[in-house]
Amino acid sequence: MIDTRDTKTEQGGILGWFSSTLGQILISLFVPIMTFLVLWQGYLFLQRAQAPQIVQVLVAIIWGVGGVALLYVVANWLVLKLPKAWSKRLQPFVFVGPAVAIMGWFLAIPVFRSLVASFQDRLGQEWVGFDNFVFAFTDPRMLETFRNNLLWVVFGTFFSVAFGLLIAVLADRSRAEVIYKSIIFTPMAISFVGAGVIWKFIYTYKGIGVNIQEIGLLNAIVTGLGGTPQPWLNMPPWNNFFLIVIMVWLQTGYAMVILSSAIKGVPAELLEAARIDGASEVRAFFNITIPYIKGTIITVVTTIVIFSLKTFDIVRVMTGGNNGTNVIANEFYLQSFTYTHKGRASAIAIVLLILVSPVIIHNLRQFNKDRKGF
Amino acid sequence: MAKGAKSQKRSQQFWTNFILVVICIVWMVPILGILITSFRPSQDVFNSGWWTVFPHREDVEVDRITIDDSVDVDGPITIEGETATFEEWREGITLEDGRKIQWYGNKRNRELVVYDKQWVGFSTDLTLKNYSDVIGGKTISYKDAQGNTITRVGNNLGGAFLNSLAVAIPGTIIPILIAAFAAYGFAWLNFPGRNILFTIIVGLLVVPLQIALVPVLQDYVRLSLNGTFLGIWLAHAGFGLPLATYLLFNYISTLPRELLESAFIDGASNFTIFIKLILPLSVPALASFAIFQFLWLWNDYLVALVFLGEKNKTVTIAVAELVGEKGQDWHLMTSAAFVSMVLPLIVFLALQRYFVRGLMAGSVKG
Repeated sequence: MIDTRDTKTEQGGILGWFSSTLGQILISLFVPIMTFLVLWQGYLFLQRAQAPQIVQVLVAIIWGVGGVALLYVVANWLVLKLPKAWSKRLQPFVFVGPAVAIMGWFLAIPVFRSLVASFQDRLGQEWVGFDNFVFAFTDPRMLETFRNNLLWVVFGTFFSVAFGLLIAVLADRSRAEVIYKSIIFTPMAISFVGAGVIWKFIYTYKGIGVNIQEIGLLNAIVTGLGGTPQPWLNMPPWNNFFLIVIMVWLQTGYAMVILSSAIKGVPAELLEAARIDGASEVRAFFNITIPYIKGTIITVVTTIVIFSLKTFDIVRVMTGGNNGTNVIANEFYLQSFTYTHKGRASAIAIVLLILVSPVIIHNLRQFNKDRKGF
Repeated sequence: MAKGAKSQKRSQQFWTNFILVVICIVWMVPILGILITSFRPSQDVFNSGWWTVFPHREDVEVDRITIDDSVDVDGPITIEGETATFEEWREGITLEDGRKIQWYGNKRNRELVVYDKQWVGFSTDLTLKNYSDVIGGKTISYKDAQGNTITRVGNNLGGAFLNSLAVAIPGTIIPILIAAFAAYGFAWLNFPGRNILFTIIVGLLVVPLQIALVPVLQDYVRLSLNGTFLGIWLAHAGFGLPLATYLLFNYISTLPRELLESAFIDGASNFTIFIKLILPLSVPALASFAIFQFLWLWNDYLVALVFLGEKNKTVTIAVAELVGEKGQDWHLMTSAAFVSMVLPLIVFLALQRYFVRGLMAGSVKG
């Protein structure tokens, strides 16, 4: 259309070109500004918080989801307005840019910011050299958290994987497999806080005295068997194990599901051959099934180890890290938000990062090995 | 021979199922315990275990004995043929016929209670009061162990529930949208830095989010994003994006090339192809990650605690507060815990298949 007009009059062509470009530029400015204003109004509405809560929540959901979609549409529209070469060059960044920016802000750059802060004092004003790391590796508080996290990693992982494997193997031979697996899997949907309430109730202790009936299941069982009730969560170092039980309860389902699908992948002929050769079920399991699913077991173990290293909610809710149950992530929380010691908190975060770094390196190696899309 | 093998197989089946049933019972009893407790009146909860709602044998008061003023309570006291000191009576003495006699109250009370073991049936004394208290109550009152009425401020779990929805729904959809765009970009568009950027994303998969809390909180205070929904959506997007991008990339990059090429020939732009073709085709992968992210957000405590705190508190924070302040109000804590568990349980049980698929793909994530 523009082409035909251009050929008619040179004068009008330039003017037309000029006015249409101006119009384009104006629209290109107008649309983003309007978008911004609309989103800003939504933000202010939510900030003021005067409407009934249900309305607020609905507005928040629509504003949040709609806002992000709108931003993409507008950004894409703007890029397509540019000359062809530029739009081609920039369009990938409309697609990838927001993700990269957010991951940069929330994960990649904080690694360096925390690293810097870990060499500074509590307010981040002066350089203190390795002081925070000396604290992180030698302070008795920290040594306690290391010991406890080691307990979590060793026992939590071992029992989660062992139970997961046992249930996966047994359920595989049962007709009611789906039901059993659903039951074991269900705790995965429960928050650690919720699980904390559930287990705190089991461990609850009323004290010794006349006519006291324990309402905690564990103490009721103990007294029923003729023992004396105990304050389970105040008994270092055993209380750590009572907390680890909670993690096993939550994570066994995960291990079971992953291992179960791996077990189903073991070729039936292999097992059949072993049985014909007279191998018992147990031997067949250890000599054939286990080696066959080794890769999966390593994956599950790694995932649960990382998980145990970062354990926080359970300890926070159950004991607050008192009575010898402190863990690294809880000490991090205390240092950053209770004692507000930025330097130490950052050093602890760096320690956590160092602890998971073998997995990061492994992931990168694996990725480099089998990158197909690139 | 064949018969022997058959019976061996049957006994194997039996033991397999037996062990599984035992494990399943152990796994379910904790949940059953709080479910039952959440429906019991507060005074019952304080005084007896939740299992007493089932039929069981229990000491039931059958008689009271008053001691004559002439008896010296400082010396040995003889009742029903048993002689014992006050302290021993206070502890309770079981007679040969199974009855138990116990001193009631202090020494001057001069009264003893006779108990006998009797069967008690199902307790039907269940109530919804705990739930209405914990969800909506501004001020709530309940009876403690001795029957005294206690009044205190409610926890408004209903409001916290709505906040959790406001956190979890956009917090799930936003990163999925962003990650899907990014996955398409990484899979099908060419741009400088593509390799290195994606490698960094793989590296970020297991970075502990603790590393980000302090610096990001600083930014939030400066931008006054602290305590806002926008702030927590962004934070969850940031922590969830590496996995989301990685999973969706794995899926989207395996879509057939011809499909996209034919769409290009028809003159469709990247944006149109993405909206009209890629998104609908990726629904299974999107759904897997959505359930994963939704459960993670709903159950998250740490991120909500740091970035939302008191303002706009979520269910996990509300429940944790309840545990922290009133460590013994089990009737409230259990019903609160159940309220916080209902939605994820429904989502989980209804969409388990998708969730499992997401888990498989997402193993070894931070």
